[in-house]
Amino acid sequence: MTGLQVVFLLIGAVTLASAVMVVAAKRVMHAALWLILALVGVAAAYATLEASFFAVMQVAVYVGAIAILIIFAAMLTRRSMEDDPARLNKGWPAALLAAGGLLAGLVYLFSRWTGFSSPARALPEGGENIAALGLALTAPEGFLVPFEVASLLLVAAMIGAIYVAGDLRK
Amino acid sequence: MSFWYDPVAFIAEWLRGVLLGWGMAPEGAAFVLTALGAAIMPLLAMLFVIFLIWYERKLIGRIQNRFGPNRVGPFGLIQPFADMLKIFIKEYITPIGADWLPYNLAPVLSVGGVLLIWAVIPFSATIMGVNLNVGLVYIIAAGGLGALSFLLAGWGSNNKYAMIGGFRSVAQLISYEVPMVVSLLMPVMLTGSLGINDLVKAQTIPFIVTLPAAAAIFFITSVAEAGRAPFDLVEAESELVAGFNVEYSGLKFGMFFVGEFLHAFTISLLFSTLFLGGWRGPGAETYPLLGFLYLVIKTFLVYFVVILFRGSLPRFRIDQMMDLTWKVLTPLALVSLVVTALLAKPLAGIPALQAVVLFVVNAILLMVFFSVAGKRATPKRAIVGKPRPLATPHHEDVSA
Repeated sequence: MTGLQVVFLLIGAVTLASAVMVVAAKRVMHAALWLILALVGVAAAYATLEASFFAVMQVAVYVGAIAILIIFAAMLTRRSMEDDPARLNKGWPAALLAAGGLLAGLVYLFSRWTGFSSPARALPEGGENIAALGLALTAPEGFLVPFEVASLLLVAAMIGAIYVAGDLRK
Repeated sequence: MSFWYDPVAFIAEWLRGVLLGWGMAPEGAAFVLTALGAAIMPLLAMLFVIFLIWYERKLIGRIQNRFGPNRVGPFGLIQPFADMLKIFIKEYITPIGADWLPYNLAPVLSVGGVLLIWAVIPFSATIMGVNLNVGLVYIIAAGGLGALSFLLAGWGSNNKYAMIGGFRSVAQLISYEVPMVVSLLMPVMLTGSLGINDLVKAQTIPFIVTLPAAAAIFFITSVAEAGRAPFDLVEAESELVAGFNVEYSGLKFGMFFVGEFLHAFTISLLFSTLFLGGWRGPGAETYPLLGFLYLVIKTFLVYFVVILFRGSLPRFRIDQMMDLTWKVLTPLALVSLVVTALLAKPLAGIPALQAVVLFVVNAILLMVFFSVAGKRATPKRAIVGKPRPLATPHHEDVSA
């Protein structure tokens, strides 16, 4: 086992442990902080895979914006700041079933995918992979259509947010 | 290679020779050198803050017609050391009900988030921590950690004023991140790279000339990101006691203090790197030490302006702060981005013409937005009711 593999396993263990703590933590605020650690762990995993763009983007988008918005929402809801020992409600068997089913399905799908077991292709030297990513996202033979559909979805979400938040009676 | 040509590389090569001479493997020597660099750089940056505090207090003193520190040592140079010793021996007081981990993590993150930026800044043609190909995105990501430190401090201290300070800081940081990122896209567009050293090398004409609108937006937003006056609503002492750091004492408070000064200097460093040409200057390619000197001079010029801001402008109200970013800076950044993209590509073959056209168009946009949009952004306040005294005089006949 090389040093990099040990580091990768350590990062994976920390990420998984903090992901468990997100749902096991008593206070909502602590859960949000554990979530940040889990997201940073994913970023570190990207970094060990030499996907520096994804690693940095993970921190910028998820830690820098989304996690902070979650904390913001958690801070604004007053009741969740108090210690509340009951973390399960009546519906937990159904939730367990749904989550377990989803996990089993994902594991089944990944076990059938050939890319899962084949060794990764070596990256080209230098900063070429960002340019390749940019081209893949904008070239018609690449992922142009999914990219544009995703941006359309975001525009729809933004218009929806403005509609919900705005005072339209004026 | 002589010492004065490039001291850092000279010392590094000498040390590598010594380590290899002791029979260390080449990878081991490289690891030791990297670890040494990673330890020395933040240490120097944090020690540099001692000088920055003196510089800023002296300048603010001159602005306010005072002398500033002038008792301890020549020109008061030793004053920050006295303050530092005092803050070292102060007691740590943790409020009841404070959340231990966030409360203690926040001061560390406030300095660490800033020091992370220093890792990718090229100090001369050869001296830089890492030549990341995504350097600019990395800098934006490091800014997110700063927001986290304010939030953790505000929440962890179990104090309402600290919490309001935390709320304000997050609202401000998230809002100002939008125009900042868009303004940074423009130099990236002209360079075709996200690496900081590539951005410096592309500035045969500094970007402040070709992209004045982007430079202005970046400067204003980064002052807001550092939470400096006039954007220091986070620690508005007239409203929030001391804001997010009200419950901190001793060196934990000192860390926030160091973080703020270091952040102010770091944004000056970033501005001079991204818009003033960084280490570029006559002879900087052949003599890296000269490039370092140019960068220091440029950075101190920008830092001087940051201090002038702090010394002369009153603090924004929270609605004015929001109006500025959402109604002026964000539209200006978007319009300028589209116009720059449309003009830069067809003129890419003729750099001189491209620079002139971009300068004229961006300068016009900047002036139009700051004169027209700036006035329209703040809604007129109307009087909605008659002034009503809170306490009316009540005459009672006391003579009877």
